[in-house]
Amino acid sequence: MSDMNLKLKVWKQNGPNDKGRFENYKVVANEHMSFLEMLDVLNEQLISEKSDPVSFEHDCREGICGACSMVINGRPHGPNKGTTTCQLHMRFFKDGDTITIEPFRANSFPVIKDLVVDRSAFDRIIQAGGYISVNTGQAQDANAIPIEKDVALDAFSAAACIGCGACVAACPNASAMLFTSAKVAHLGHLPQGKVEHDKRVQKMVAQMDEEGFGMCSNTYACEAECPKEISVKNIASLNRNFIGKVFKTE
Amino acid sequence: MSWVTTFFTSSIGRKLIMSLTGLFLITFLIVHLIGNLQLLYNDGGQAFNVYAKFMTSNPFIKFTSYGLYAGILLHAIQGIILWRKNATSRPQRYAVASKSTSSFTSRNMGWLGMIVLIFILIHMYQFWLKMKLGDVGMATYDGKQVKDLYKLVAATYQNPLFVIFYVLSMAAIGMHLWHGFGSAFQTLGLNHKKYTPFINTLGKVYSVLIPLGFAIIPIYMFFVLNR
Amino acid sequence: MTVENNFTETETLVKEGTGLKNNVPEAGDLENKWTQYRSTMDLVAPNNKRRIDIIVVGTGLAGASAAATLGELGYNVKCFTFHDSPRRAHSIAAQGGINAAKNYQNDGDSVYRLFYDTIKGGDYRSREANVHRLAEVSRNIIDQAVAQGVPLAREYGGLLANRSFGGVQVSRTFYAKGQTGQQLLIGAYQALSRQISVGNVEMYNRHEMLDLVKVDGKARGIITRNLLTGKIDRHAAHCVVLATGGYGNVYYLSTNAMGSNVTAAWRSVKRGALMANPCYTQIHPTCIPVSGDYQSKLTLMSESLRNDGRVWVPKKKEDVMAIREGRKNGNDIPEEDRDYYLERRYPAFGNLVPRDVASRAAKTACDEGYGVNSTGLAVFLDFAAAVIRYGKSEAISKGINNPTDQQIGDLGRAVVAAKYGNLFEMYEKITGEDPYFQPMKIFPAVHYTMGGMWVDYNLETNVPGLFALGEANFSDHGANRLGASALMQGLADGYFVIPYTIGQFLSKEIRTPKIANDSPEFMAAEKETREKLEKLMNIKGNHSVESFHKRLGLIMWEYCGMSRNAEGLKKGRQMIRELREEFWRDVYVPGSLDEYNPELEKAGRVADFLELGENMMVDALDREESCGGHFREEHQSAEGEAQRNDKDYTYVSAWEWDDNEPILHKEQLEFKNVELKTRSYK
Repeated sequence: MSDMNLKLKVWKQNGPNDKGRFENYKVVANEHMSFLEMLDVLNEQLISEKSDPVSFEHDCREGICGACSMVINGRPHGPNKGTTTCQLHMRFFKDGDTITIEPFRANSFPVIKDLVVDRSAFDRIIQAGGYISVNTGQAQDANAIPIEKDVALDAFSAAACIGCGACVAACPNASAMLFTSAKVAHLGHLPQGKVEHDKRVQKMVAQMDEEGFGMCSNTYACEAECPKEISVKNIASLNRNFIGKVFKTE
Repeated sequence: MSWVTTFFTSSIGRKLIMSLTGLFLITFLIVHLIGNLQLLYNDGGQAFNVYAKFMTSNPFIKFTSYGLYAGILLHAIQGIILWRKNATSRPQRYAVASKSTSSFTSRNMGWLGMIVLIFILIHMYQFWLKMKLGDVGMATYDGKQVKDLYKLVAATYQNPLFVIFYVLSMAAIGMHLWHGFGSAFQTLGLNHKKYTPFINTLGKVYSVLIPLGFAIIPIYMFFVLNR
Repeated sequence: MTVENNFTETETLVKEGTGLKNNVPEAGDLENKWTQYRSTMDLVAPNNKRRIDIIVVGTGLAGASAAATLGELGYNVKCFTFHDSPRRAHSIAAQGGINAAKNYQNDGDSVYRLFYDTIKGGDYRSREANVHRLAEVSRNIIDQAVAQGVPLAREYGGLLANRSFGGVQVSRTFYAKGQTGQQLLIGAYQALSRQISVGNVEMYNRHEMLDLVKVDGKARGIITRNLLTGKIDRHAAHCVVLATGGYGNVYYLSTNAMGSNVTAAWRSVKRGALMANPCYTQIHPTCIPVSGDYQSKLTLMSESLRNDGRVWVPKKKEDVMAIREGRKNGNDIPEEDRDYYLERRYPAFGNLVPRDVASRAAKTACDEGYGVNSTGLAVFLDFAAAVIRYGKSEAISKGINNPTDQQIGDLGRAVVAAKYGNLFEMYEKITGEDPYFQPMKIFPAVHYTMGGMWVDYNLETNVPGLFALGEANFSDHGANRLGASALMQGLADGYFVIPYTIGQFLSKEIRTPKIANDSPEFMAAEKETREKLEKLMNIKGNHSVESFHKRLGLIMWEYCGMSRNAEGLKKGRQMIRELREEFWRDVYVPGSLDEYNPELEKAGRVADFLELGENMMVDALDREESCGGHFREEHQSAEGEAQRNDKDYTYVSAWEWDDNEPILHKEQLEFKNVELKTRSYK
C-alpha cells in the first residue's frame, strides 16, 4: 500500500452570491481509499489546522442515494463509466497527479457552498407529474395486470435514475432532458402509468423549461456520464410523446 | 396563450422546428447539388444556364423557394435562440472541460451554424442577388436569351480566395450535418435499435458526400475549366 | 449541557419504572384483531382532518409513505428531512427485497407463516399482535407498490417473480434486481411529491429536527435547524410522527449512510419517550472488510452470496502471516490447510446459518488470529468450488468430453457471473481484486438496529401524540431481523398502520385549536436548542467531531459488538462517559452557526450517539441472556451457541433517560400463539 501525493485544485465558494475561486491543497492518499475518503482525509487535515473544510454532499457512499456530485477533472463523478464519485477509488489516480474538483455547474443548480449545489429543481419536476395518482388502499391485486417481462425491465432501466444531476452537469447546455425523460419513460412503459401519460408529459416538460435548464441538442454527453447508464432513447421517446400528445389532448 | 404558442415556445417545440426545418434543408441540398453539378458539363454553361432559368421562372419552384427562404430563416432564428438560451444555462463554465463524452460537432452546432449562415448570406449576395438585380450578362441558346449565371460563377471561382472560402464553408456544412442529420431524427423521437444505426450511418455518408460534391465544383472550375 | 461524571458504581443498579401498557386490543383472536380494531376505532371526519396539523420527520419508506397517505386523507402535513430531497433517505440502499405473504408461488406461504417466521427469526422477543398485523398488511404493500408503478421483477408470463431469503422455507420475497429499496422509496417519494404538488404536504428539505416540544404532556411540535442558513424554527402541530431510521452509526463504521443518525429519536427520548431494546443490533456477515483507518463506511454484499460461497480461514498461523504480508494469497493455501469453520461447526446449515451466527463465527476466527487481511479482520468467501461444480455440469450439458481445467473454469465462471455478476463487479470496483480468480474477503458489519423508540400497538410512544415508525421504533423484529423484512415494516407502518391508528389520538383532538408555536414551551425549547448549538461552537477544542465519532465506534464495536460480557460492558460504559466528557471539553467545530455547516450537524449527532451508546451498554448489561443480535458470552452452551433465558427475560426493555441511571420500564411479552423454542443450526 503505497502513499500517493496529490495536488488538489478545489472550488471554494461561500454561498450562491460569492464569486468563488480555486484553492490548492496537498493531500496524501492511498490507492484503497474512495475519492470521498480522500476528501475526508483532506478535511480532517484542514480542521486540525483550524481552517475551513471543503463542503461536499454525500450520504450512502454506495452509489445509490444520488447525493454525491462534483466534477472531477472535467467529468461528473470522475473518469469511470457507470460509477458515482463515492464508488470511485484512488487507484485510478497516480502519485503526483493534480486533480481539479468543481461543483456541478448549471443555472438551475445554484451553488450552496463549495461543491454543494441545490438540486431541488429535480424535485419540482417530479412534483409536476412524475407519479401515478393512486391513493393508498385503492390498489387492486398486484397480479391483476400482467406486464410483459421486457416491458417491466425497460421501466426498471429508466427507473434506475438516482437523481444525482450528472446529466445536467455533463450536458454542454445544462439540459435536464435525460432526468425528465427517464421518469416519463419509467411510468409511461407501465399500463398503470399510461392513464395520466399525456398530461404527465406536458406538465413535466413545462416545469423543466420553467426551471431554466438548457435545451437538449442531442450531444449524448448525459448518457456517457450517467452513473446508472440511462439511455438517450428515453429522450427520443419523450420527444415523440410530447410532439404527439400536444396535437391529441384537449 | 394558445396551444400553438405554448407548444412552439416549449423546449421540445423549438427543437421540433429545428428538426423539421433541418430535414427540409437537408433535402434541398440534394436538389441544389444535382442542379449545380451541371456546372461541370463541358458546354460553356448552357445546361446550367437553362436550368437556372427554369428554376427562377417556374411558378411552382418559385413558390417552393419562398418556403426555402422561410426554412432557412426559421432554422437560423430558432438556432440562435437555442444557442443563446443554452449559453445562459451555465453562466459559470468549467475550468476543466471534458471533451471525451460528446462529439466536437455536437458541441459546436451553434458556431458551425453561424459559419453556415454567413456563408449563405455571402453566397446569396454573390449569385442570387446579383442575378436578381440583373447584374449579369446574357447568353443566347436556340434564340432565347437567358441570364449567363455560369459566367458569373466561373468568374467568381477564378479567385482562389473564394475557392478556399467555399471549400471551408462546405467543411462547416459537413460538420453541421454530421451531427444534425441523426440529431433531427432523435428530436422527432425516432430512436430504435433496428433503424437508428442505419439512419446514423446514412447521416455520416450524406454529410461527407453532399458537401464534397459541392466543394468539387469550385475546385474543378478553378483548376480545370479555366486553365 | 454538562456531563457530571458521577457514575461510579461497578454494579449497575437498574431502577425499575412502571410497567407499560401496549394497548393491544383485547377483542378478537390473533387473526382478526387488527380487522376488528380497524372497524371499531375512532375516526376523524373529513372536515375535521382539514383542521388538524401533523408533523412527519423523515422521508424514508416509513416517513414518505406516512406523509403521503396522511396527506391523501386530508390532514395538513408538514414533512421534514435533513437531506436535500426526500428521495435520498437511506431506505434507498436496501438491496434484496421485500417480503409479503402473497403465496403467489403456491408453496404453502400464508399470513400465519410469515408471522411465525418473523417471530422465530426475532428469537421470540417481539410482540405477537404487531407482527401478525405486519404479516397481514404485507400483501397490501405489494398491491400498492405495483399500482404506483414500482417495477418489481416479473416472470415471462407477466406475473410477479419471487425469490427466497435466509431463515425461511418459502419464496415470498419480491424484488427489483438488487435495488428494491430504491424502487420502493421512489414509489413512496412520488406519492409524497403528488401530495406536495396539491398542497396537502408542506415539504421542508434540509431541515434537521433538534428537539421535541411537549405542551401539557403531549407532543405538539418540533424545533428544527435550517441546514442552509442555520435558522432555528419552531413548528407546531397536533401530533408528531418520527420516521427517522436506525442508529447503527453509533458504531461509526456501518452499512448505514453517513448522515443516518439518532438525533430526532434521542432528543425525544430526552423529552420523556422511552428507548426500547437499544442493545439489539444486527451485524451482517458479508460486508467488504475495513481496509484502513480512513475508512468511512462499509459496503454490504448480498446475503445470497453464501448460497455458493464457502467461508474459510487458513489452519496454520504461518499461512495467515504470509497472506497478511502479501507473500501468499488465498489460492496458494492447499485444501488440507483450510478451515471451513462454518461447515465444521454447523454441518446441518453449513455456510447458510443465519446472520447472527455467521457473524459471530467470523469474529471468533479473527479473534483467534486467523484473519486474512492486513488488519486481521477478514475471512475468505470462496467461489472456487462453485466454479468447478458449475463448470463440470455445464461441460456435461454442452457435451464436452474430458474438459480441460481451463474449460471448466471458464464455463463455471460464466454461471457464477450470471448469478452474482453485479455483486462481483461492485466488489472489484471497491477492492480492485477480481473475485472470479481470488477468494473474496469479507467481514461482518453493523447493518440494522432492531431496537428503537418504544411504541404501543398504535405505534404511539409513551408520550401522547408522539408516534414512531419504521426502523426508528422497536416493534416488529424482536432481537434479530430477517432479510427483506425492513422494507416491509417501513411501508406497513407508513401506508397501512399509522393512517388508522393516528386517529385514536387525533379523534380526541378535534376541538383543539391550531397549536401556537410561541407558547412558553416552544420558546424554551428553541432557546435550549440554540444554547446547545452555541455551546458546541464555543468549545473550540483541538479534535475534530469525526475523531470522537471514530473513537466511540471502536468502543462500541469492542464492548457492545458481536459478543458482549458484563465486564466489557461496564468498562465500555465508563469509557464512553469519559469520551463524552472529553468531547464536551475538546471538540472543535469549524465555521459558524448561521451558515451551511456540515461539521456542526455532525457534532450534534455525535453528541447524541455518545449518550445513546451508553444506554446500549446499560441495556446489554441488563439482559443476562443471549438472543438474536445480542450475544452475552456468559450465556452460551458448551459449543458456544446462544442461550436464551425465556423465564426471566421475555420482556421489552424500555429505558427512560436519566443521565446517571436510566430507568427500566418492562413490557412483558406474551406468546399465546407460538411456542418458544431454541434455534439450532447444528
